[in-house]
Amino acid sequence: MTTLTDPPSESFRLSMLIYDTRYRAITFQIIALICFLLFFGWLISNTAQNLADLGKEPSFGFLMEPAGYDINQRLIDYNNQDSHLRAAFVGLLNTLLVAVLGCITATVIGVIVGVLRLSSNWLVARLMAVYVEMFRNVPVLMWIVLCMAILIESLPNPRAFRGENPEASMLLFDSVAITNRGVYIPEPLFSRSLGDIPVGNLFNISLDLIAILIVLAIGFYVSHRIKLKADATQEATGVRPKTWYMRLGVILVPLAALLVILGFHLGYPELSGFNFAGGTHLRNSLIALWLALSLYTAAFIAENVRAGILAISKGQTEAASALGLRPSITMRLVILPQALRVIIPPLISQYLNLTKNSSLAIAVGYMDITGTLMGITLNQTGRELETVLLGMLIYLAISLAISGAMNFYNSRVKLVER
Amino acid sequence: MSDTHAETVSYVRETMLPQQEPPASTVGPVGWAKTNLFSGWFNTVLSVLSGIFILWLAYRLLPWIISPTWQATSLNECREIIGALNKPHGGACWGVISERWKQLMFGFYPPEHYWRPVLSLILLLVALGPLLFRHLVPAKVIYFSMLYPFIAAWLLWGGTIWNPIVAILGFVIIALSLKFLTSVLNPALALIIGVLLAVIWWVALAGPVAGGLSAVLPIGIEAIASRQFGGFMLSITIGVTAILCSLPIGILLALGRQSDLLLVKAMCVGFIEFIRGVPLITLLFVASVLLNIFLPPGTNFDIILRVIIMVTLFASAYMAEVVRGGLAALPKGQYEGADSLGLDYWQSQRLIIMPQALKISIPGIVSTFIGVFKDTTLVSIISMFDPIGLSNAIRADTAWNGVYWELFIFIGLVFFIFCFSMSRYSMYLERRLQTGHR
Amino acid sequence: MKKSVFLGALTVAGLVAGASAAATLDDVKARGKLNCGVSTGLAGFSAPDANGEWGGFDVAVCRAVAAAVLGDASAVEFVSTTGKTRFTALSSGEIDMLARNTTWTLSRDVDLKFTFTGVNYYDGQGFMVPKELGVSSAKELDGATVCIQTGTTTELNLADYFRKNGMSYEPVPIETNAEAQQQYLAGACDVYTTDASGLAATRATFETPADHVILPEIISKEPLGPLVRHGDDEWGDIVRWTLYALVAAEEMGITSTNVGDLSAAAGDNPEINRMLGTEGNLGEMLGLEADWAVNAISAGGNYGEIFAKNIGEETPIGLSRGLNAQWTDGGLMYSPPFR
Repeated sequence: MTTLTDPPSESFRLSMLIYDTRYRAITFQIIALICFLLFFGWLISNTAQNLADLGKEPSFGFLMEPAGYDINQRLIDYNNQDSHLRAAFVGLLNTLLVAVLGCITATVIGVIVGVLRLSSNWLVARLMAVYVEMFRNVPVLMWIVLCMAILIESLPNPRAFRGENPEASMLLFDSVAITNRGVYIPEPLFSRSLGDIPVGNLFNISLDLIAILIVLAIGFYVSHRIKLKADATQEATGVRPKTWYMRLGVILVPLAALLVILGFHLGYPELSGFNFAGGTHLRNSLIALWLALSLYTAAFIAENVRAGILAISKGQTEAASALGLRPSITMRLVILPQALRVIIPPLISQYLNLTKNSSLAIAVGYMDITGTLMGITLNQTGRELETVLLGMLIYLAISLAISGAMNFYNSRVKLVER
Repeated sequence: MSDTHAETVSYVRETMLPQQEPPASTVGPVGWAKTNLFSGWFNTVLSVLSGIFILWLAYRLLPWIISPTWQATSLNECREIIGALNKPHGGACWGVISERWKQLMFGFYPPEHYWRPVLSLILLLVALGPLLFRHLVPAKVIYFSMLYPFIAAWLLWGGTIWNPIVAILGFVIIALSLKFLTSVLNPALALIIGVLLAVIWWVALAGPVAGGLSAVLPIGIEAIASRQFGGFMLSITIGVTAILCSLPIGILLALGRQSDLLLVKAMCVGFIEFIRGVPLITLLFVASVLLNIFLPPGTNFDIILRVIIMVTLFASAYMAEVVRGGLAALPKGQYEGADSLGLDYWQSQRLIIMPQALKISIPGIVSTFIGVFKDTTLVSIISMFDPIGLSNAIRADTAWNGVYWELFIFIGLVFFIFCFSMSRYSMYLERRLQTGHR
Repeated sequence: MKKSVFLGALTVAGLVAGASAAATLDDVKARGKLNCGVSTGLAGFSAPDANGEWGGFDVAVCRAVAAAVLGDASAVEFVSTTGKTRFTALSSGEIDMLARNTTWTLSRDVDLKFTFTGVNYYDGQGFMVPKELGVSSAKELDGATVCIQTGTTTELNLADYFRKNGMSYEPVPIETNAEAQQQYLAGACDVYTTDASGLAATRATFETPADHVILPEIISKEPLGPLVRHGDDEWGDIVRWTLYALVAAEEMGITSTNVGDLSAAAGDNPEINRMLGTEGNLGEMLGLEADWAVNAISAGGNYGEIFAKNIGEETPIGLSRGLNAQWTDGGLMYSPPFR
């Protein structure tokens, strides 16, 4: 035993670093590390020398200077005297907004199209196939530009709403205006507002929103308790008490009460001056980008969904119909939940792709992080190195966060499996 | 039984009736429509809605598309032609396509040399033959495939023929040193020495040798600067080069990611996740504004090469994941079989693992290629003349200022034809390559 | 081939680093081509035609410099740049000069370290609105939606102007002039603002130009001109004096048609003689051939001819000379003496 485990230590020779598998691994790794460090050192020394030649010093001080440009869509307060950093933050929020909206609609459209592609209806299945192939095989940049062009060309401009006999009129009892500058929808207003609380000088959080969320959360919790109780009664007696009005009531009544207390009313958009004023303005650039990214990504998600459904054995469908379930219920209760496990991993990468593709916002003038930090700020300050590196880091952080969250969800879904 | 039957029943048919035609509502167009379009009210509603949608689209688009403006030489001329026709929805101005389609295809490449990119594309199909149409192409073509990158580069950029030959000699040096040194040395060492020799050859000697040879024997075709590349030719050049270069890098990265060596694995994972975590457009910004800052002072090589480098890095991260998928799909028995034959790591990779893993990955590689090819449109944002960039330049021409849809429809259509045929082909390959590893 | 060239270029460039930064003139001569940065496409200023030949007002400046330095107006590589990439391309040495309707500002000069070698077009930012809006002054634009090209000084000017006048607006940022035009025509914005030359050029291509008015206010000064890197004054001088030669040629009545005769032998006008190299050694001082100005002028004509051919009243762009007339005609084009 001892003779086998104890190699004679005095016989170490330099050549063993290459020929002895025990050492070779370490040798290779050290060589790789040295090469890697040398390469990076080389890049950094080049960068330092180049910047010195140009007379620029890498520093992030420019982020504190006033930006000087305006951003049309901002989720937090911003004006052109605020700093570049705040402009970048406005852009970041816009990126996140379109990414979240896009992921939601892309999933919905993708699932519907994926299911319809397998429909027994010949015309619908073909139509969906045409949609999927059309969007998958043409660059997303073109779809973004085309969506914008269609919105601009086909919708009426605000001037058309004016006059005695307007060419266009508002929808839904004069509450929604669809124009080629965007869609104006009523905005929620509170006449007895609780005010805002500032968060670290960056942005304000509306106390009204927090109050509504708290009331909703309590309502859902109580509703869940009622359901549990109903379940218990059903277990015990076999009769399920009617609880839907109670469950609805505990959510809606407190909410309505709170809204009345806060003095909730809707602010309707109205024509004034050049534009509609009041209401919430969903700009064309947002809608076009959102639409194009959703439709493009949905085509890929539809293929994933289709593959996921086809991966479920036909026996499942047959068993479900043997139980007397209708096709729509079979799909909803039997097939999709199982297909979900196959669908989710590619879905994660589609979400990542959508988020990354949102960087093409610049093509329609949507001011995301690429448009602000890596666009106008880069242009006005001439700080290529700092802005581009910062922008890449931000995207990297977003991507890692999305894949982390989705992987967590994926592992949760997986646990349910056998 | 039949006897009793015959006694109890007064009449039983003794001959078969001739088969009747199925009811008219279940066969032919009517039956087809009934089962495929109008089974149930929900399907009927869907069919009717889709039908209305298609008709409406055709009603709106067809009159616009059918527009006799192919001969027009400016937008104003188009407007006159359409104005004379008195159409309600106006019409397309196709004159811009008939005047500029060559530019959209080849960019600013000199027209008398158009045959060079076309020939490169045809040769590319030949070179890919051993891989794609194995049953049609003799196996010897693989040697041509190995030479293809040099031939294509020479055809596209032109210049003296000695440049590609001298570049190939570098690889010959590697091959020779591998052949002769492995008998005396460790193969890894031999490879390193070979690569070092080749690099010395390329860096120090290749340039002067090629210069000298071309001075003695000036054989060559007209050199064409990368600036003159544009349109779809640019997209294809970037896409194909990036995919070809990213394949070896991607394989190495995939192997590194599966490696037991902790540091190597960490570096590969870091690289792959970094590249996959940032949008391509930021990498293109790096190519256009930062790469010059990262390289030694005074280094300057043209934007196409810089973009190709960044797109290659981008594609290799995705390629690494595709190859990793191929590796993961291989049954463990293949690895163990290779081990049991006494093959070392590289031998088993080269002879057993990679041929199978790559075969499984071909559809993934093709779809990565389609993705990269579509993503080349992003270079328009950094002022290169890909089809979209060119369409902006064309609209800056005073004759065509204001043209919009026609250019985009044309570009979209060409992209669709390229990508759709490739994806169909990859599906076909996928079916053909299934060798029962499931 | 590309690989070896590329690797070779990399190392060779690395070895001769530093030396190349200073002498742009030697680089250009060794290369036999001038690398000139232009915009990716702006009607009248730079755009490629169906054969890929570049033409336009900015392009003509590039050609004149190439002719002056290399004696060949076609020895130019046109490098297209966007608002974002133009300065990097210049500072990294990818291009030798930038002629891309770039506004001369203090921070670009001092902070970005570029030398503006003169002004080839005096511009100013203006507004265009549809006539049916009934707006006659920019002061009435409170609350308007404004289409604006991003990545330019116009963006900052606009913000300043509305802030100064206490008005609000909704910016619609747009990448290219062509897209801005589309949005404006569809009514997605009430106002389009960019350099007045750009407005005129854009309006000229409309189906009904008369339905749109350019408001009288010019809210900024936009001196557009070619620029080079700091730190190479010899090269800056060449670009500067080539531009002045074009301006002076118009003033002295030298055109592309008569420049051949005038330079054949020394005439009575000593300044013409000095400029065209029949007298004195101005070319030698610049490090160029004696006939540098002759080449520059024969490339595309004098300043007036270039203006008339690319953006003048006879062209679809239809710009009048205005501020860009010779100083003798009440404009600002004024060349220092050739002495």
